[in-house]
Amino acid sequence: MSDRLSVFKTYKLYVGGKFPRSESGRVYEVSDSKGNWLANAPLSSRKDARDAVVAARKAFGGWSGATAYNRGQVLYRVAEMLEGRREQFVREVAEAEGLSKAKAAAVVDATVDRWVWYAGWTDKIAQVIGGANPVAGPYFNLSSPEPTGVVAVLAPQESSFLGLVSVVAPVIATGNTAVVIASEKAPLPALSLGEVLATSDVPGGVVNVLSGRTAEIAAPLAAHQDVNAIDLAGADEALAKELEIAAADNLKRVLRPQAVDYSETPGIDRMTAFLETKTVWHPTGSLGASGSSY
Amino acid sequence: MTIEKRSSAFEYAPAPESRSVVDIAPSYGLFIDGEFVEAADGKVFKSISPSTEEVLSEVAQAGTEDVDRAVKAARKAFGTWSALPGSERAKYLFRIARIVQERSRELAVLETLDNGKPIKETRDADLPLVAAHFFYYAGWADKLDHAGFGPAPKPLGVAGQVIPWNFPLLMLAWKIAPALATGNTVVLKPAETTPLSALFFADICRQAGLPKGVVNILPGYGDAGAALVAHPDVNKVAFTGSTAVGKEIARTVAGTKKKLTLELGGKGANIVFDDAPVDQAVEGIVNGIFFNQGQVCCAGSRLLVQESVQDELLDSLKRRLSTLRLGDPLDKNTDIGAINSAEQLARITALAERGEAEGAERWSPACELPSSGYWFAPTLFTNVTQAHTVARDEIFGPVLSVLTFRTPDEAVAKANNTQYGLSAGIWTEKGSRILAVANKLRAGVVWSNTFNKFDPTSPFGGYKESGFGREGGRHGLEAYLDV
Repeated sequence: MSDRLSVFKTYKLYVGGKFPRSESGRVYEVSDSKGNWLANAPLSSRKDARDAVVAARKAFGGWSGATAYNRGQVLYRVAEMLEGRREQFVREVAEAEGLSKAKAAAVVDATVDRWVWYAGWTDKIAQVIGGANPVAGPYFNLSSPEPTGVVAVLAPQESSFLGLVSVVAPVIATGNTAVVIASEKAPLPALSLGEVLATSDVPGGVVNVLSGRTAEIAAPLAAHQDVNAIDLAGADEALAKELEIAAADNLKRVLRPQAVDYSETPGIDRMTAFLETKTVWHPTGSLGASGSSY
Repeated sequence: MTIEKRSSAFEYAPAPESRSVVDIAPSYGLFIDGEFVEAADGKVFKSISPSTEEVLSEVAQAGTEDVDRAVKAARKAFGTWSALPGSERAKYLFRIARIVQERSRELAVLETLDNGKPIKETRDADLPLVAAHFFYYAGWADKLDHAGFGPAPKPLGVAGQVIPWNFPLLMLAWKIAPALATGNTVVLKPAETTPLSALFFADICRQAGLPKGVVNILPGYGDAGAALVAHPDVNKVAFTGSTAVGKEIARTVAGTKKKLTLELGGKGANIVFDDAPVDQAVEGIVNGIFFNQGQVCCAGSRLLVQESVQDELLDSLKRRLSTLRLGDPLDKNTDIGAINSAEQLARITALAERGEAEGAERWSPACELPSSGYWFAPTLFTNVTQAHTVARDEIFGPVLSVLTFRTPDEAVAKANNTQYGLSAGIWTEKGSRILAVANKLRAGVVWSNTFNKFDPTSPFGGYKESGFGREGGRHGLEAYLDV
């Protein structure tokens, strides 16, 4: 055994493509399933939440305006980068969730595959849920999905990595930007994911990761007038109700918590929950018997 | 230029549609479990004709106890209704569509009397769309496996639906047709100022042989709507109305399993570029804000006109407005009917006064208002800035606020500068500009070189605080399915 002293990592937030500490200067202790100290994580404040919303809003135009093909390539790149850091995440997930190395490896593999799955969806979802509507008149009428905007995501509390990616990837696949609150007691895989995203061509601000007390960070996000939607996956019943009430102030789209087996192949619900439908009418005119009338 | 009233040589002779096609009873009950019944507490209210203030009928007023009774009836009916083969449910809906078509003149006259809107609108827009909506969703009832929601998607249960007064029967159709097609049962509360067409619809359900309890109609006020939305045995809430009430409903259903769709207010931008065909654009602007007296959630209530064509366009628009005919809604030549209620008239009046007080320039054509009933002349505001109340608040009346822009980017920025996101219009001859601008507008429905077009196959609904969920088309099924 080497007697070399290891280098600890300072876990930081991921906001606007940068790695800031909490503006509050606060941290909290994160321990493994046996109660051993793993690291200190930033204890985000309301101000951190608001800063993250500003970053997410700033990134929305570019990300939602990118081609679906481009977004697919970027998401696939995330999978590639993650694959390269597989060992690191196996260790972090094992520590975070108290899993054996083999089980943690299976979780990380599934997580990489989840990015690949959603990478393939970016340029297909519009064809599946949009299309031309056969209106009774001389109009070409087309419905297309569009991203809702800035989505606040309360990542699942138990599944700190696979669950996290399972709720974040569908939000950004369709062009939304996200402010994500990591699992409260196991935030380290989420904070490390920020490092992967930062090196994966995901533009800064598209995903912003906060750690800390879920209820404390979620309240200002649910009430924030520039947040368009909220995924309550990581909220318990009482918190979910409170946040849904706050979200009504600007009619955020709300995805309520539900039982999800994150090891299963997902459906498209987590994408459609944060999509709007835009329907555009264009006159077609008609070719009359006497010639052109369009 | 000066606008002169048309010379009497061009006056129209009166051309009233006959009232005799509709027989309004002196009183109506609530429609619960297939029967017309009195309210539990015996309360009634009057429905009046907004164009004359004449009392049309006295209607039972639903209270909390009646809501409970209706939800129980709907719950009881749900088992057998949802278990019917889709093809059978379809046939009931086809029957309803056909009966609506047969009785459409009667219903058009009734709607015009109760709502105040011109007969040419109820006859040519509301009623054909009502029938088409039932016909469209009838066809879905036995094809739900193919709608993209997985195999054999399940209904939710009892749907509590609250609808507004601006398109009473059409909003009923938008709510009831998809709900029944997917196997839900319904308790619907029409607005207190326009309960009659929903009660006539109850009679159509009876004629169609619809099983009792599948559709229940509860005329009443906001308290009945609130009780319906909050009822613990309601599985689905659908509301069309104001954004303020929509937010209240969203708070009420928070923390429950109730599925919610909201179709709320709007402040639609109608954007006219310098290359737009002026005459067509003027027709579209008039249609966008004066259709149904502007009492339309998707109205084009903000005109954004490119600065270089402002004068030409406004001259044409004013000339056109001076030809609009305001008056008896039953007259086939009437363009502008009555405002739906004294309350709504007061709101429009107050907002228009605020517009003047804040410094916008007010203009209306010479226009004689009838001495009884609720009327508001078509009104334009120019010199409007984005900070003005008339550019921000939904007026829900025949009031158009005119703003200008210089570049397409400015047009898009101004169009999107609102809490709402329901509709928008684009007028330009350049195809690529239509597509580019439509792409950037944050609105659920965009009309290019047209306005206020509706179709049962076309999903309708808003972005942002205009609500969520879509009505119409395949998309409209999702709101009533457990998916």
